[in-house]
Amino acid sequence: MTTRLVVGLGAAMLAAGAAQADEIGDAERGKELFSMCSGCHEVGRGAENGIGPHLNRIFGRKAGGVEGAYRYSDGLQRAGADGLEWHLETLDAYLENPKALVSGTRMSFRGMKKPQDRADVLAYLRLYSDNPQNIPEADPTALAPEVALPPEVLALAGDPEYGEYLSSECKTCHQSDGNDDGIPSITNWPEEDFVVAMHAYKRKLRPHPVMQMMAGRLSDEEIAALAAYFADIQ
Amino acid sequence: MTLNRRAFIGTGAAAAALLSAPMLGAQGKPRVVVVGGGAGGATAARYIAKDSDGAIDVTLVEPTRAYYTCFFSNLYIGGFRDLSSIGHSYGTLATDYGINVVHDWAVGIDRDAKTVSLAGGAVLPYDRLILSPGIDFVDDAVPGWSVAQQNKMPHAYKAGSQTELLKAQIEAMPEGGLFAMVAPPNPFRCPPGPYERVSMVAHLLKQINPTAKILVVDPKEKFSKMALFQEGWQKHYGGMIDWIGPDFGGANVSVNPDQMTVDIDGAVEKVDVCNVIPAQKAGRICDMAQITEGNWAPIVPATMQSRMDENIHVLGDATNQGDMPKSGYSANSQAKVAAMAVRGALTGSKVFPAKFSNTCWSLIDTDDGVKVGASYEATDEKIAKVDGFISDTGEDAALRKATYEESIGWYAGITEDMFG
Repeated sequence: MTTRLVVGLGAAMLAAGAAQADEIGDAERGKELFSMCSGCHEVGRGAENGIGPHLNRIFGRKAGGVEGAYRYSDGLQRAGADGLEWHLETLDAYLENPKALVSGTRMSFRGMKKPQDRADVLAYLRLYSDNPQNIPEADPTALAPEVALPPEVLALAGDPEYGEYLSSECKTCHQSDGNDDGIPSITNWPEEDFVVAMHAYKRKLRPHPVMQMMAGRLSDEEIAALAAYFADIQ
Repeated sequence: MTLNRRAFIGTGAAAAALLSAPMLGAQGKPRVVVVGGGAGGATAARYIAKDSDGAIDVTLVEPTRAYYTCFFSNLYIGGFRDLSSIGHSYGTLATDYGINVVHDWAVGIDRDAKTVSLAGGAVLPYDRLILSPGIDFVDDAVPGWSVAQQNKMPHAYKAGSQTELLKAQIEAMPEGGLFAMVAPPNPFRCPPGPYERVSMVAHLLKQINPTAKILVVDPKEKFSKMALFQEGWQKHYGGMIDWIGPDFGGANVSVNPDQMTVDIDGAVEKVDVCNVIPAQKAGRICDMAQITEGNWAPIVPATMQSRMDENIHVLGDATNQGDMPKSGYSANSQAKVAAMAVRGALTGSKVFPAKFSNTCWSLIDTDDGVKVGASYEATDEKIAKVDGFISDTGEDAALRKATYEESIGWYAGITEDMFG
């Protein structure tokens, strides 16, 4: 299992040495990697909205918040209304697995699995946002402490029967027929994405007070149990 | 075959009479009788039937064939929903879950014999009984008002014809007329309910009768989401709503339904519509079962069992349980804990630690939704709050709109969770 939450940034930086502790990653390399994104996103002087919104001043921007007439997915609008802002942590989580951070996003990108790749792309995008100084403790480039999910947590085999009981709490709001009017669907989630998303709520990376509260009191075992249950009924 | 026959009988008119026939008893299976088909009872019946895969015989006793949810009934008053959109039937519970749905009143409980008797004459034996009867009103809570006066001064606190009547009365108010609400003392069903209703009445009047006024007399110093409602009333309905708390006589109120007057601490007001929401107590079947202490039925948090009788579980508004508000969401949450405990006791299925939660959404005006919620755990003494949140004053319009849309999603979710 490669399920990792927002991880690697801290570890990668430690590996790179203290002298570069205020750098996100290698912007030059990030520019090359950005070719994966540039079919839909423009960045830099004169950048405009295309298939995706332009990415100038993305750091600190509210999700779904680009000025102008870009038409976002309902999922991104909802995330923005709930308070999701693009900072280093949230962008990193989004790049790693877009749908695990924002349900219903139209960004058809499978995700960038290598932490260093994400760090490099974000270092490149960082050149086109305000607040030119990278200060580890301050927004928008503040870094969370190391939060890798330990392998033993990832290896937890959930009890589907327990998951079924726990899932009853979800179904007060989320419809089991998969309808997603007003509230995102929770059916047919890949198990791994589900675990990532729940830990993202638990860590308050994903916005939304109800979900942060619900996930906040779930133990690692309980998240695994829920994931096992939802995987079983697919 | 059994399922089809049951389904047919369950929704048929002769249900109560036929049920007493011995052929229909599911011999040998443990029997659960659920009284009350609202957010607590319907959810409990559905979860027990669904999760026991036919190993438990479930009977749901509910007098009405068309159940109107109290939640969202204010939105009907405001014109955001039509009445049919908050009405539900029990057909799916009968056909898809094999629940015996009996449309009758439970009129007596024999705790020693473990039977429930119905107004139609049937006697239902149970191994476990779940009571989820909702609320009744405390007699003489508002001097001058009694249930016999409910057509002159509606309570509209059990949804359906009362809600329709109240809305019709508001629509018939003379130009510039006065709508009065007598708000209830704590604890009562749906703490933000009266204030969401005031918002929805104001929304309706603003369109059809903009010079009309609203007077709220309240025995409480504070109410749920008070800052949010007051901010919204100021913003959307400035000058229309007067709220009179106990400092100005809100706790010393009587009414005269024949004269259509409200006496507030000696000052008599002539009103055009009066919505009296009296003090409340557990649905009267709890008194009949002698499981109440004061106005409510105390329960054991981990299982929702009555503290007076381990074979009876009590859910929702009727309970005295601790920190949870009396809400449909709470009842639905408690029902799942009770369903798990009942299955564990009757079939030996695994029982996990109880978890409870609640969220209450309220609509103040078009696309202006707010919410409050919390999570809870079972302690020996009570259901205790763990964590919570509430909307902030001054939130931007996009968030308020998203909150309203979320409440619509929740309504679809919880009603599917109740009725299948």
